[in-house]
Amino acid sequence: MAFANDVRFPVDRREILGRLQAILPRHLVLAEEEELRPYECDGLTAYRALPLIVVLPETETQVGAILKACHELKVPLVPRGAATGLSGGAMPHEDGVVLSLARFKKILKIDPLSRTAVVQPGVRNLAVSEAAAPYGLYYAPDPSSQIACTIGGNVAENSGGVHCLKYGLTVHNVLKVRGFTINGEAVEFGAEALDAAGLDLLAIINGSEGLLAVITEVTVKLTPKPELAQVVLAYFDDVQKAGNAVADVIAAGIIPGGLEMMDKPATHAVEPYVKAGYDLDAEAVLLCESDGTPVEVAEEIERMKAVLEKSGATSLVVSQNEAERLRFWAGRKAAFPAVGRITPDYLCMDGTIPRKRLAEMLEAIADLSVKYGLRCANVFHAGDGNLHPLIMYDANQPGELERATAFGSEILELSVKLGGTITGEHGVGVEKVDLMAAQFTPAEISAFHRLKAAFDEKGLLNPGKGIPTLARCREYTQTRGAAAVTPPPRF
Amino acid sequence: MDAQLKEWIARVHDAAEAGKALCIRGGGSKDFYGAVPVGELLDTTGYRGIVSYEPTELVVTVRAGTPLAELEAALKEKGQCLPFEPPHFGAGATVGGMVAAGLSGPRRAAVGAVRDYVLGVKLIDGKGGLLAFGGQVMKNVAGYDVPRLMAGSLGTLGLLTEISLKVLPLPMAGMTLRFAMTETEALKKLNEWGGKPLPIAASAWCDGALTVRLAGAFAAVRAAREALGGEEVADAGAFWQSLREQTHPFFAGDSPLWRVAVASVSPPLAQPGSTFVEWGGAQRWLRGELDAGQLRAIAAQCGGHATLFRADAESKARVGVFQPLSPVLARLHRNLKQAFDPAGVFNRGRMYPDY
Repeated sequence: MAFANDVRFPVDRREILGRLQAILPRHLVLAEEEELRPYECDGLTAYRALPLIVVLPETETQVGAILKACHELKVPLVPRGAATGLSGGAMPHEDGVVLSLARFKKILKIDPLSRTAVVQPGVRNLAVSEAAAPYGLYYAPDPSSQIACTIGGNVAENSGGVHCLKYGLTVHNVLKVRGFTINGEAVEFGAEALDAAGLDLLAIINGSEGLLAVITEVTVKLTPKPELAQVVLAYFDDVQKAGNAVADVIAAGIIPGGLEMMDKPATHAVEPYVKAGYDLDAEAVLLCESDGTPVEVAEEIERMKAVLEKSGATSLVVSQNEAERLRFWAGRKAAFPAVGRITPDYLCMDGTIPRKRLAEMLEAIADLSVKYGLRCANVFHAGDGNLHPLIMYDANQPGELERATAFGSEILELSVKLGGTITGEHGVGVEKVDLMAAQFTPAEISAFHRLKAAFDEKGLLNPGKGIPTLARCREYTQTRGAAAVTPPPRF
Repeated sequence: MDAQLKEWIARVHDAAEAGKALCIRGGGSKDFYGAVPVGELLDTTGYRGIVSYEPTELVVTVRAGTPLAELEAALKEKGQCLPFEPPHFGAGATVGGMVAAGLSGPRRAAVGAVRDYVLGVKLIDGKGGLLAFGGQVMKNVAGYDVPRLMAGSLGTLGLLTEISLKVLPLPMAGMTLRFAMTETEALKKLNEWGGKPLPIAASAWCDGALTVRLAGAFAAVRAAREALGGEEVADAGAFWQSLREQTHPFFAGDSPLWRVAVASVSPPLAQPGSTFVEWGGAQRWLRGELDAGQLRAIAAQCGGHATLFRADAESKARVGVFQPLSPVLARLHRNLKQAFDPAGVFNRGRMYPDY
């Protein structure tokens, strides 16, 4: 579906093309339709737009010059990494330039003593861990797309992963970001030290969805690799019991290395795909991981088992070796592609809720599934309350995408009502831009616009994403009006 | 809406209209930090109390004027804590002040800083708008991460009214070890150990002695104790507390105290006067009348910055408390101040003199 960007720019295509061709060699400027087509969407393929031009700079100087040109001519610009994002954050602007950082793919430095890596934004997440492995170190945030997604995009989205309850999100694992402001000035956020002078601008660069600056270099923290990791699979005959078991684990003072849940439709989707050996009769499975030294893990696994048994697990399986552990995880990590195999299309939601509201949420999703006539599987970062309902649909059936979108919106509106958020880790992008009005007041949305203007007065960086225009907010409130759940009183 | 919030909103409106400055103050325990406070006092201590605490969600929400001690006592009762061990620097320290000052204690290098645990804030901006950002959940990327931006902003962007924090269980076991070594040896060891999966929670080097705190599972602490050697220190709690609250003899007396944040692998800073090393080498405290320009140049070379942490008003005004920013960053700071507090109501000049 074409996304109608409500922030438009009167751009002279020939003028900006001329300027960009003066900055870059011919082969790094794409302007023919067949060259532009591959860039028309990101991981959220339901939304597409064709950019005017795509540029593929190779040096920081080129990036600075491109920004300066776009700024002078008031041309919107969308930064792009590996485009694995699931919210349309890297979808092009129809009046603008896509700035691809695909050629920034060097690991500049791995320093085992300071436990840091300096990498260009186009380096893949997993490649950092692979380069650090010889030193017994790794980069902790591990989004499911880590084979393909890149560090620049991870910073822009503040990506999470299955181990972030214990090891943190991207924002907790990045020391410094080097980049350029919209007017082409080089800038550094953060430091090699644990903090920098002044306001913590690094904190808002993480998760800023390419709206504040263009990233050209990232210094990340590396973490010592635990000697051993073991995972307990705990099966439950009821999702509520599984949800309570998560609370019991945490109440016992345990912070597992990973704590994930899948419901029955999810295990049924992944089992034929990865053959992890999951019990398909269970209503829910919890994956509860312990990592550390062998004695430490042995101690913690015993405590986890005791808690999970007491919480009503019908059976427990502990991984006996690394191959088995990886197989148990493979199902969880492959949940999205596995669901992709059993349905022509799916939408992945990303709300976060206080964990204790899980049962309520799953019940509501089951009802919505009936209401919209669409199937839904649920995978859940149980430790931190981040739920990924996968709504299955067929884009070739008239009206199904619209039904899937409405289904998703209701889930996210309920997330807000239950005290959570519309997005835990995938970002707002274009997908959830209207739903921001379910979570924030017009005054708060205006504050976001002012923050954006502090970095980008003309609003050229990734316009139309992340923060809705006030007109969109009004429209959302009017059209959703009665349908939209009213957030609980907040003051 | 709460009567106190209404009153504050009216005061902020009035101040903005009259061009007056307000000085936000909790317990006043960190009055010494940053430039000398100016403006009419706005006391937050009346707006206090824990709004909600869900130990199994690992989240607590408190009003900004809540005494830090009260929050920590409530957490301790449930076997939890603020792992970054924020310094109180006085009996009345509040949670709002903790976030605004953004200071973290001995465990910072191992577990993260205040900003890493801030999940949500409610605040009154410089136009009197009551706004909520973030929330009570661990993962939340809706909108810019304003809550973390507030940590360490010294009240220059808004009046915090309510704060949601992530909390963690208290470590199961702990132990403190001491080693005789030079600063250079200590820095080398700390960085080597940092690359190993050891449960090192805090470190301190001073006067030829390196002190290391282990915290974690019983087995992990026992194994690390075997691996590291050193001498076990009994009753080490008081020692770590004396770092956290700066009651250790190193911090006594009136000579200026500099905080230098650097890359942990940086060599000794070779400055006159005494040195105290924390955070695995990433935080160095220096005492004495030092050349600010020279020290800040060295700090920058070492990937960090130098703060005149404690000094008389005259010295603070002369050299500035915080490391000067690059022109681009300085412009972004001014713009952000303009975005949140266009009339310059809050904590004027507390961080940098120009706003």
